Amino acid sequence: MTDPNLSFLQVENLARAYPSPTGGESVTVFDHVNFHIHKGEFVCVTGHSGCGKSTILNILAGLDSATTGNVFMDGREVSGPSLDRGVIFQSHALMPWLTVLENVSFAVKSRWASWNKQKVRDHAMRYIELVGLLGAEHKKPSQLSGGMKQRVGIARAFSIEPKMLLMDEPFGALDALTRGVIQEELLKICAETQQTVFMITHDVDEAILLSDRIMLMSNGPHARIAEIVNNTLPRPRERSAIHKHPHYYLIRNHLVDFLVSRSKQFGALRDAPDAPSSPTVFDPADLIEPEPNVVPAPPVGKPHIHLVNA
Amino acid sequence: MKTRLSLSQKAGLLSLALFAAILLVWQLATLPEAKVVAADVDPEYAALMGGGTASSASSFPTPAAMAQTLWDKLSDPFYDNGPNDKGIGIQLAYSLARVLGGFFLAAVVAIPLGFVIGNSRVFYQAINPYVQLLKPISPLAWMPLALYTIKDASASAIFVIFICSLWPMLINTAHGVANVRRDWLDVSRTLEVNPLRKAFRVILPAAAPTILTGMRISMGIAWLVIVAAEMLVGGTGIGYFVWNEWNNLSLTNVLFAILMIGVVGMALDSVFGVLSKRVAYQE
Repeated sequence: MTDPNLSFLQVENLARAYPSPTGGESVTVFDHVNFHIHKGEFVCVTGHSGCGKSTILNILAGLDSATTGNVFMDGREVSGPSLDRGVIFQSHALMPWLTVLENVSFAVKSRWASWNKQKVRDHAMRYIELVGLLGAEHKKPSQLSGGMKQRVGIARAFSIEPKMLLMDEPFGALDALTRGVIQEELLKICAETQQTVFMITHDVDEAILLSDRIMLMSNGPHARIAEIVNNTLPRPRERSAIHKHPHYYLIRNHLVDFLVSRSKQFGALRDAPDAPSSPTVFDPADLIEPEPNVVPAPPVGKPHIHLVNA
Repeated sequence: MKTRLSLSQKAGLLSLALFAAILLVWQLATLPEAKVVAADVDPEYAALMGGGTASSASSFPTPAAMAQTLWDKLSDPFYDNGPNDKGIGIQLAYSLARVLGGFFLAAVVAIPLGFVIGNSRVFYQAINPYVQLLKPISPLAWMPLALYTIKDASASAIFVIFICSLWPMLINTAHGVANVRRDWLDVSRTLEVNPLRKAFRVILPAAAPTILTGMRISMGIAWLVIVAAEMLVGGTGIGYFVWNEWNNLSLTNVLFAILMIGVVGMALDSVFGVLSKRVAYQE
C-alpha cells in the first residue's frame, strides 16, 4: 500500500454493481479499481462507453456510492458531495434562469456564505474574466454558445477553489475548434492554480495535451484500470507544437492501440482466474534512449508515479 | 396602389369584420316584427297575448339597447341602492374578493404540499389516491357540506373556490418539483447548498413555470365556479347578479353580466400570462 500521506486522492478496490434489469444476477460494471492522484496532478481517464468512467467520477464527487471499496481525499473518506471537489458536468448544468454572473455567484455564495454581495461579485467576476467571458456576465445561458456555456461551468467550478476538480467529458459536446481554444485556456488556468484534476475524456489528443497521466479502462462489465500511461511531454505544452515531440506519437499510438484492440482483449482476460489485477505502466521514456539534445528531461518537480498494488 | 399589411393588421381587420358581422346578425335577429293580428281574434285577447300593438319589440335586446346599457352601467359602476340594486363594479368586486381569497388559501396549502409530494416518492404514493379521488368531484358538490359546517354563505363560496383551485396547483407543483433536472440538483449537492436555499434558489425557479401553469388553470376554474356558487349562495357577487336579473327578466342585464364575466376572466388570465413570461426560462 502506498502511504496515504503521499497521495492526495486514494481510490481503493472500488467496485460498482447494478441490479440486473431482468432480475437475476447483478451486473458488475467495474471492480478492483485502484488508483491515486497526487496534489497538483492532472489525470485523464479514457475507455469505451459503458466501462463505468462516469460512475467512478460520480463516486469521487460523492454523488453516487460504490458497491464496495473506498475513496479517500486528503486523508478523509469521501462519503458525500463536498465543496472540496468541484465538478464540471458535460451538460454544463448551468441554471438557465440565472445570468452568467448569478450562476458563478451562486457557487461562490455557497462556498463563502458570510461574504457580502460586493465580495461575492468581485470574486465571481475574477473567474468570469479568467475564462474570457468579461462582457457576457449579464447574459443568460440560452444566449451563449456551447463553448461559452462550458466556460461558465469552468468558471463556476474554479470559483469555489476546490481542492480537486472532477470533469466528465467537459468538451464532448463542443465543436473541434472551440474545444481546442478552451483546452488551451484550461491548460493555462490549471498551470496558474496548480489544480488537481480528474478528467474523463474520449479524445486521445485532449488527454495527451492536458494530462500528466492517462488511465486506460478495459471494457465492461468487470471493467478495471488496465493500463496507466505516463505522459512525459514537457510542460508548458502548446497544441501547435506538442506533436513535434518524439514521445507524442509513441503515446498517441499506444492509446489508440489500446482503445482499438487491447481494451477488448483485456476484457477477455478478465474471465481467466489469474487475471491481472494491477495495471501495467507505459512510459515512453523507457522506449527511447533519451538523446540529450532532442528529448527534454521529464518535467522537474513532478512527483514520480507509483502504482497502487491491488 | 398595393400596400402590404402585417399579420397583426390583417388579423385586426378580420376581427373587426367579424364584430361587424355579429352586430349585423344580432340587429337583424332582434328587428321588431310586425305582427299581423288575425281578423277573427278578439283584440282584447290579442293584446293579452302581446300582439295587440302593431309592432312589438323583441324581449331580446337590440345592439343599440345593449350599448345603452353598457354605457349606463359602466359610467356608474359603484352605486349601491340596497341589496338588490348594486353597481356592476361592486358585484364584480365581491366575486373577485371571494375568488382571490379562496385561490390564495389554496395556493398556501397546495404549493408547500406539492413541494413535499414532489420531493418524496413515499408521500407521492401515499397522497396520490386521495388526490385522484377528490379531484374529479365538482366543487359545487361540497356546497351543502360547507354550508352545514361553516354556517356562512360567503365563507362557503370561498371554501368552494379553495377546493376547486387546490388540485391543479397541487398536481402541477408536485410534477414540477419532481421533474427538476438532475443536473441542477447535482450542482447544488456538490456545492453543499442547504435544503432551504436549495428549495428557494434551485427547485422553486426550476419548477416555477409548471407551478404557474397550475395556478393559471386554477384561477380559470375558480372564475368559472364562482358564478355558479354565487347563484347558489345569493346575496352579492356577479353570479347572484346574473340570477337576479334573470328573475327580473332583464335579458339586457344578463347579457351585460356575461360580457363582464368574460372581460374579468380574460384580465385574470392575462395577469397569469404576464407572470408566466417572467418566470419562464429557456434552456
